[in-house]
Amino acid sequence: MRRFLTAGILVLVCFLLQTCVFHALAFNEIVPNLLIILTSSFGFMCGRKNGLLVGFSCGLLLDVFYGSVIGFNALVYMYIGYTNGSFRKVFFPEDVKLPLCLIALSDVFYSIVTYALLFLLRGRFHFGYYFSHIIIPEVIYTITVALVLYPIILRLNYRLEESEKRSARKFVS
Amino acid sequence: MSPIVKKKGEKFTLPSKYLLLILTILCIILMTVTFHTDLFGGPLQFAAGYVTVPFQNGIAAVGGWLSEKGDELAQIRDLLAENRSLKQQVADLTIENTQLQQDKYELNDLRKLYELDEEYANLKKVGARIIGWDGGNWFHSFTINKGEADGLTVDMNVIAGSGLVGRIVSVGENWAKVNSIINDNSNVSGMVLSTADNLIVSGDLELMADSVIRFSQLVDNENKVVIGDKVVTSNISDKYLPGILIGYISSLETDSNNLTKSGRLTPAVDFRHLEEVLVIKQTKQVTE
Repeated sequence: MRRFLTAGILVLVCFLLQTCVFHALAFNEIVPNLLIILTSSFGFMCGRKNGLLVGFSCGLLLDVFYGSVIGFNALVYMYIGYTNGSFRKVFFPEDVKLPLCLIALSDVFYSIVTYALLFLLRGRFHFGYYFSHIIIPEVIYTITVALVLYPIILRLNYRLEESEKRSARKFVS
Repeated sequence: MSPIVKKKGEKFTLPSKYLLLILTILCIILMTVTFHTDLFGGPLQFAAGYVTVPFQNGIAAVGGWLSEKGDELAQIRDLLAENRSLKQQVADLTIENTQLQQDKYELNDLRKLYELDEEYANLKKVGARIIGWDGGNWFHSFTINKGEADGLTVDMNVIAGSGLVGRIVSVGENWAKVNSIINDNSNVSGMVLSTADNLIVSGDLELMADSVIRFSQLVDNENKVVIGDKVVTSNISDKYLPGILIGYISSLETDSNNLTKSGRLTPAVDFRHLEEVLVIKQTKQVTE
């Protein structure tokens, strides 16, 4: 229950930050993708199920406000969360390289899917332009923000696990 | 998950594989349904609007306040000097104003006589603040803090200053989503004001960095259209009211078919520093 609430609040906070605050902090019109950071980290920290649920809610929120159809972002984010969940076994909290790589890969994947389905299909063929002017800057900015945001999510998750363990022990005895 | 809890069998847990499958199917259904209708959009937008819009309003208000304070601090010195000269101007203008007011009464009387009505000054408009921008970098739409409760509906035109910003594409109870004309998936039917030739203005992500938008299919056999000409919304558009300023032509070239021309135009609105917009409370078509 506590995990559910925390995840919900985090999704809401990241959505608000991304749509309101980071637009003012945009470098050359590029904003970082906080929701990808959140989805991805929940995936490899808490497993497939948490990842896909967090991804689904992030995507749905984006779809309701800014999507042309409802469900597209939800689907992409959900698969990102689920796939990241598969890396839970090789995830160690001390190591920061793997999480950052996963977040970067997730962002690239999301961008390429968005390009392929929403731009390529409308006859926008300059992939090189979009890759160098949108995708690469977004990934770099996202990684920079992840350096700050990821430790916060990690610590929150650690606290949650601690409290869950404690209540489980109480429940057994 | 400790095994003891599982053994008791009180808690039913769904394997993530099946959950993924179920949600995937749900997403696909949602996508196909919302692509054709607005069936699920309504309730979802209603609920989501109540969760996030109050926060967005707050953040936008704080942001507006902060930038205002920042500007104030930066400008305070300039303002003092300006104030002095302005006071002088006020005195001059007051005299002029009284004269103009007399003229205005005369003008109003004459207008009534001729029953002339100014088209845009008389349209009902409502001001709205932008509270959120599209989260990604691919599209350029935003949400505003007025919605159904303020009488807004889909397809109402949105302007800022004197230029066209876009139109409302979806409305919630207390928010509305605006698709801007520089958005990659937006097309507006426009017209060159000087020659009344029609053209199509389409947003393009590749040109967004240069703050220009693309136009095409301009038929101008007499080569009368020149760089700098005003482009306004056309009479034949079914979404936009006629005669709203879109921008000025900044480059012009003949297409390879030698029949039409295309080029770029500079929008009249500064989309980078947009904070407040006006919504025209009238749609082009009343009946569908």
